[in-house]
Formats: sequence, C-alpha cells, structure tokens
Amino acid sequence: MPTPSNNPPLLEVKHLRVEFPTRHGTLLAVDDVSFDIAPGEVLGVVGESGAGKSLTGNAIIGLLEPPGRIAAGEIRLEGRRIDNLPYEEMRKVRGARIGAIFQDPLTSLNPLYSIGRQLVETIQTHLSLSTAEARKRALDLLKEVGIPGAENRIGHYPHQFSGGMRQRVVIALALCAGPRLIVADEPTTALDVSIQAQIIALLKRLCREHGTAVMLVTHDMGVIAETADRVAVMYAGRIAEIGPVRDVVKHARHPYTKGLMGSIPSLGVRHDKLTQIDGAMPRLTEIPPGCAFNPRCDFRGQRCLNERPELMLAGASRAACWLHDRGGVGAPVSKETVDA
Amino acid sequence: MATDSATKSTSAGWLHRVADSDIWWSFKSSPMTIVAAIATIFIIVVAFLSPVLAPHTPFDPATLSLSDGLKPPVLVSQDGDWTFPLGTDDQGRDVLSSIMYGTRLSLEVGFFSVIVAMLIGISLGLVSGYLGGTVDAVIMRIADVQLTFPAILVALLIDGVVRGIISVQRHDEIALFVIVGAIGLSFWVQYARTVRGSVMVEKNKEYVQAARVIGLSPVLIMVRHVLPNVTGPVLVIATINLGLAIITEATLSFLGVGLPSTEPSLGTLIRLGNEVLQSGDWWITVFPGITLAVLVLAVNLLGDWLRDALNPKLR
Amino acid sequence: MLDAGPKPFVQIESLKRYFDVSPPWLVRTLEGRPRQIVQAVDGIDIEIAKGETFSLVGESGCGKSTVARLVVGLYPPTAGSIAFDGNDMAERRSGAEMAALRRRMQMIFQDPYASLNPRWRVFDIIAEPIRAFGLARDRTDLQKRVDDLLRQVRLTPADGAKYPHEFSGGQRQRISIARALASEPEFLVCDEPTSALDVSVQAQILNLMVDLQRRLRLTYLFISHNLAVVYHISTRVGVMYLGRLVEVAPTDTLFRRPKHPYTRMLLDTIPDLDMSGRQRAPVAGEVPSPINPPSGCTFHPRCPFANERCKVERPQALPIEGGTVACHAIEEGRLAVEERSYAAAGGSRA
Repeated sequence: MPTPSNNPPLLEVKHLRVEFPTRHGTLLAVDDVSFDIAPGEVLGVVGESGAGKSLTGNAIIGLLEPPGRIAAGEIRLEGRRIDNLPYEEMRKVRGARIGAIFQDPLTSLNPLYSIGRQLVETIQTHLSLSTAEARKRALDLLKEVGIPGAENRIGHYPHQFSGGMRQRVVIALALCAGPRLIVADEPTTALDVSIQAQIIALLKRLCREHGTAVMLVTHDMGVIAETADRVAVMYAGRIAEIGPVRDVVKHARHPYTKGLMGSIPSLGVRHDKLTQIDGAMPRLTEIPPGCAFNPRCDFRGQRCLNERPELMLAGASRAACWLHDRGGVGAPVSKETVDA
Repeated sequence: MATDSATKSTSAGWLHRVADSDIWWSFKSSPMTIVAAIATIFIIVVAFLSPVLAPHTPFDPATLSLSDGLKPPVLVSQDGDWTFPLGTDDQGRDVLSSIMYGTRLSLEVGFFSVIVAMLIGISLGLVSGYLGGTVDAVIMRIADVQLTFPAILVALLIDGVVRGIISVQRHDEIALFVIVGAIGLSFWVQYARTVRGSVMVEKNKEYVQAARVIGLSPVLIMVRHVLPNVTGPVLVIATINLGLAIITEATLSFLGVGLPSTEPSLGTLIRLGNEVLQSGDWWITVFPGITLAVLVLAVNLLGDWLRDALNPKLR
Repeated sequence: MLDAGPKPFVQIESLKRYFDVSPPWLVRTLEGRPRQIVQAVDGIDIEIAKGETFSLVGESGCGKSTVARLVVGLYPPTAGSIAFDGNDMAERRSGAEMAALRRRMQMIFQDPYASLNPRWRVFDIIAEPIRAFGLARDRTDLQKRVDDLLRQVRLTPADGAKYPHEFSGGQRQRISIARALASEPEFLVCDEPTSALDVSVQAQILNLMVDLQRRLRLTYLFISHNLAVVYHISTRVGVMYLGRLVEVAPTDTLFRRPKHPYTRMLLDTIPDLDMSGRQRAPVAGEVPSPINPPSGCTFHPRCPFANERCKVERPQALPIEGGTVACHAIEEGRLAVEERSYAAAGGSRA
C-alpha cells in the first residue's frame, strides 16, 4: 500500500475553501479542507448529504458550478497548481490527467452518439493517435471493462445498454486517455446492489492495473470499506477524521465517525437499537462556532464550543477533535439536541 | 423532544414572509418591472375610479353639446382651454374621460375573459390529467381541433352566432357578457394543457397515493390535493393572457363586432376615431391607441417577470 | 406452510399483477408489433402473523413495490387474493365496511419529498386521515390527537403550523409516519422508508419504527433493497426476483443458512464493514428485463447450478426449515446448504 511518506503525493489539496455567494450572504460549503492522495492510492471521501464531499470533488476536477467558486486554498496535481488554470488549460488536464465518473450513467453519456464515437473522440482529444489506433484502444478498453461482444457493441448507443453496462462504459471513458487520478462521485449509488459489487470490483482492479489513483466520493461506508486504502470523513464542510480505512472503520476516533459507524446496521450481531446521533447535520447557514459537531456530541466540553479543532494525531489516523489533544475538551457541557 | 437545529424558523406573519421571499427580491432588483407595475397599477386605479375622476360623463347624451365637437387637445389648440385636455370627438365627447371609461371596460373584459378561460381550462385540464384514458383523449382532441383556429376567429364565430340568435338591441345590452364568453372560450386550451401536464406529474407523487390509500374520492383528491399544486404555471399564463385578451377585445371592437359605441372600450374608441382620421383629427384615435399600447406592454412585462421569478431553475 | 392455528393476520395467495405496456393499437397494427405485458408480480404467497415484521427484499424490477401497492389497494390484482384479518379485500363491500378495513392499514412511502403535499400545513396532513375516518369528536379532540401523534414521532406540536419544506428529509419521514398512525392502524406497509435518507438519519427512523411497533403493537410489511437494514428489523424475510418469491425464511435462518442461489448472491453483495476480509464471490450478469423474462426458473441464466430442468420448468415453493424455497437444485438435493457466519459477535464497531 503506498504511503504518503515514500512518494511525492499525486494530488495535494491545501486549505481549500469553496463559497457560494447568495443574496443572504456567502455560504461556506467547503471550509479549510486539506488532504493528499498518493500515486495509485484509493482515497475514500465519505459524508452525509450536505457535508461538502461532492463539491470538493467538483472543485478538483474544475467543474464547480457558478456562482460557487474556490475562494481560497490550492490544488496541486503532480506538483503543478490546477485550481487557478484558465478554462482551456483545465480542459486539457481534465481527461488527460484527471478522469471523472459521476453518479448517473444515463446523463454521463451523450445519447446522440455511439459509445465508440465518444471513446474515440475523447482519446483523440488527449492523445495523438490515428483514428484506427484510437478505435483499437477503445475496443481494448471496452473488453477490459467487461462489455461482452465489444466488437459489435462499440457502435451501439447508450440507451442500448443497461445501467451497469453504461457505468462500465463511463469507466472506460474515464480511463481512456490514461489519467493519473480518477474522481468518482457516487459511482454505484444508482445501481442495483449486485451490480454495485461488480462495478466496485472492476474499478478496484483497473485502477490497480493502470496505477491510477482514485478519489472515491460517496455516502456509502460499505463501498469505502471494500475499496479504499484511506478514508476522509467529512462533516459540515470540514474533515472530521482521516486515516487508513481499517482504523477509521473499526476504531473511529472522532465521535461523529463513531456514531456514523454505529448507526449502520450490520450482520453478525442483532442489537435492539442502532446507535443514533441525535439531531441532524447543520445547514450551511447555521454552522455553530467551535467544533461543527459539538451540539450533537456526547463528549463535548467548554473548549469545543469556542475553538475549532484542527486535525490532530489520534492513533493511526488524524481526527479534528479536542479529545485527542493534551489540553482535553475543558469542562463538560451537556448536549443540546436530544431525541428521546 | 427534538429541538432540531436544522429546522428553519417560522416567520411571524404572512407579510414578513413575502418581504423576505425570493420573489420580492427579484421584483425589487428589476427596475423595468417596477416601472411596469407602477404603470399598470396607475392605469387600473384611474380606470376604476373613472366615475369619480373623469372630468366629464361622455356617454350621458344630456351633457353633450355638438358645439364642443372636434376640439383639438389643449397643448396643440389655439385657445388653451383645459376643459377638454385631450380634445373631443365629433359628438363633443371628452376624449380623456372616454379613455378612462373605455380603459375600465377593456380591463373588465380582459380580466373576466381570463377568468372564464381559467375556469374552463383548469377544470378540463384537471379532469383530463387525473382521469386519463378516454376522457383525456376526448378532451385533448377537442382542444387540438380548437387550436387550429386562431383565437380571433373563434371569438368572431361565437359572437356571430349570438348576434344571429338575438336582436341587435338586446345584443348591445349583453355585449359585455358575449365578448367575455367568446374570448374566454377561445383561450381555455392553453390552461387545460398546462394543467393537464402538471396533474399528470403530481398524480404519481406519493402524497396523492397516500390520499388514495385513505380512500378519498377522486374529486376530493383532485380539488384538495392536486389543484393547489398545479396553479403555479397557470398564474403566469393568466398574466400574459391578460394583455392578449385586452388586445383581442380591442381587435373585435375595432372590427365592429365587440363592444358597441354606447359602451365603448379602447378598441371601440380607436374605431370611432379612425373614421374621422382622414380629416386630420388625429387625437381621437391616437390617445386611446397609446393608452392601449402602454397598458398591454406593462401587463406583458409584469407577466415576463412573473414567469422568470417563478421559474425555480433561474433562481 | 405455517402450523395450523388461527388465520394469519395478512394472507396473500397467488397474487399476480400484470401491466400492459403494449404500444398503442394503431402502432401495433401498422408495425405488426405484439402486445407486451410486464408480469410485475407473478404468483406470490405470503402470510404475515400479527405483530411481526415481514420484509420483502430484492433488486429493482423484482416487483416488491408493486406488492406493497397491491396490498394497500392502490392497484387491483390481476389474479390472486389478499385477505386482511380474515377479510378478503376483493369482496364487494359497502362504503362504510371498506372504510373500516382501510382504516386499519396504512402506508409509508419512500420519498420524503414527494409524500407530503407541499401546499398543506403539517397539521392538516396529519389530521386528514382522522377527518376522513371521522375519528375525532370535535376540534379540540382533533387538536389533541394531532399533537399526540407529533410527540410520538419526536416532533413538537408547534411543528403542526409549518409547511413540509421547512423540514429535513428525516423529519418529513417522521411526519409521514405520524400521518400513517393517525387512523390508529394495526398494519403498516412501509415502502423503502429509509432508502432516501442519510445513514445516521436512517438509524433514528428505524429505531423510532421499532419502538412504535413495540408500543402500539403494529404489524409491518417492510419493503427494502438494503439487506443489512432488513436483517436488523425483520422477523421473517421474503426474497423476490422478477416478480416471484424465491425464498422465504425467518431472518436468522435466511442470513445464516441461505438456500436459494439468488439469496446467496444477494448476501454476498453486503459490504464487509467489520473488515473481516470476508471473501465475496462477484455476481454474474444483470437482472433481465421484466418484459421478456427467461423461461422456467427466471434466475437460470445467472445461476451456477442451473440444469436443463431449470430452463423449462418453473420451480414450486417447497416448505423447508420454517420457510419456503423455490429451487430445483435444492429440491433435487444437488445443492448443499452451508452455514454462514459474519463477524465475531464480540467486536463492536462503535
């Protein structure tokens, strides 16, 4: 497993801030997020709706929808800054060096063109190959992603494929120009469970074979547990915890992560009640001062109300929680929200 | 008890909610819309207060005197007499007062015909969309057929039929209702189609299914559940249709088959003035014409703004 | 199937529902195309005992949502019968009798955003069943009932004055639950009530539903595609594939000793959150279109154990170990039943 200390990171995100100016004021959707992805590593970015994970992914690919914009911070790919590139430059980066896979395979493919044509077009945009060579590469990719009868199906249109097959084509499209990083935003959420497992296995295998790193954005912890090397847990636009997947899943250090893992029903033991975190993630306009999670936290103390914790060492991971600081949380303060 | 921080706080009062809303903000930020709104409100107020505001009563023959006939507007005339600021027509009727009364009639016809069209259109659209099947097919075919005729033609047809049935004198008395009915009947299709589309979407939503599970009758479900949710686009169409209805009425009156000269609307006034236009007495046609144009323009601008403001994708 | 005893609370027999999705008559005549029928539900037998939670699980297109709507009366069945507390729902009844039966069963829907009328206040949404069934004596009684219901789902009476858009997904689902409980039902059909919710909100709603079931002695028919949720909440589970029930068993039996090859495949897709390194055999193929289902046992194209008989003959449901399974391989003894275990009981994740 690649470790950040050995290799220079492929992707570096430093203090990223994504804002949305609205008439009510500026909403901060991603608030000082920093992480690295090593070459060939799979980083899972997990969080519930509104946590800001999709926006982080969009910011990296350069597909933030206006009026959303990157207000501060840096994104570096192989050492080179990509967050401030003009549109044309970014277009070249996208596809050639960063590939993207989105949730809905139906809208990711142009319904008017055959998949062969879309593949060839993408390949030729980023690599200087003749049409024949590009077509051969497209065919090879289709076989790699497991489309049966690829020679015949290369001329087919997206609507002639089922959902799972379409997502395979999307993966082929993402990989066709040989990117070093793939940003996958909920790639399996719209698919049936049995297909999900297939697609996840495919993605894992392909990325390992091609040496491509993956930033896997999802709300599904199960997918992360199976696929990722490291995982970042996001909450209210911030990273609550980041570390090797085994550690975060089995020995969560942040109270939110603990609560999250406990609320997922699992096989093995039947508990009477699932662990529940009372209340809900705050809206972007109502993020409390100090630690964003503090109103819902069983362990909160005075410090949590006032000071926002940075990511600090907690076992093998890092967690943004004063519990792991030598100074502690201060005097305990009872929780605000209680669902009986 | 859950004191959920994610719940939006309830604003105190309806007015507060309006002032805070996206719609009000989009209204405030569009100067053209504000001007259009002011113009429309001004015209409406003046028109409806015409019995009080109008300097003369042009349609009471007792107050007329032919010696006042064909006086030009004050700014152009020799004698600077403000009694008839916009001049008079050949019968001695004050143009300004005629315009006020006429505008009121035009607006009445416009509003009521839109309401008639809405009532017919919404009912048929609801029934068609919710029940589907044969009912839907029949209603939509009728709508399709009617759409092949221009609205004016349909209104002319209805008006002509009524004239054929009843005497001219009686017709003049009920002309207002005939015209409102004719225009209303020629415009219902747009409402029906839009409502039908919305109903077909809402029908499959789970809150309608929940009502069906309870066992409510289709009529109750249509009226109480579906109807409040499909009226959005209708409002936009209605505002734009208002301008169209006013113009249609003006056209019909101009052609001589609308409101009669005893109860003239702006269109009738334009027609009446048109007859003496050749002799250079331009003010009798031009001032009602300008009023009509300004009114319809303002109403259309308001309709445009409303459509954009209510469009969730543009917000 | 079940031991002889009192009639089950809900009894579904040979339930079928076909949808005609043929192109319009004109198109068919001109282009010579055949009629197309989707056999959404193709012969289902279920018995639900009072107080239990019966879950129906399966992937998209398997017909489980259609079953939910059939049970609650939103569609009429094409064939078969549904009996509620001994009453055949298809029998002709007077309006009052029908209403009395309807009152006792209600439904909770999947989409928290579409299941509440956006133009109605929450109070009216919850009060509607009470008014429709005439359960309140007067305005004060109505108010009290609605307030009680709101408290039961952990909201406050003040929330009654608000509109649905002021609430989050989880809260809306609570309002849906309150509405479903308003008619004092005994049987609730829940169509994927937590699938559209975040995981932590799902936990709150599931805990609430379990709690309500205990206190109000409710019976649930729970539809889901999420096996882990089903494991947590069910007494018995039925697995559906392309409109047919392939296996029915008590929860523990189903998860520890799955019999039907499709059940085994489904269980293999559950992610390994306990990081036990459990091996998962990847599943082959995709769910075929319900318009043209395979012949015989509809699962045979994807089944590693299919033989010639499977391609031709539709398997019957055989009673086995407290449930049923419809599989030739099991019947013929070709397929051994193995025991599965999941992560060690002691290791908690939280």
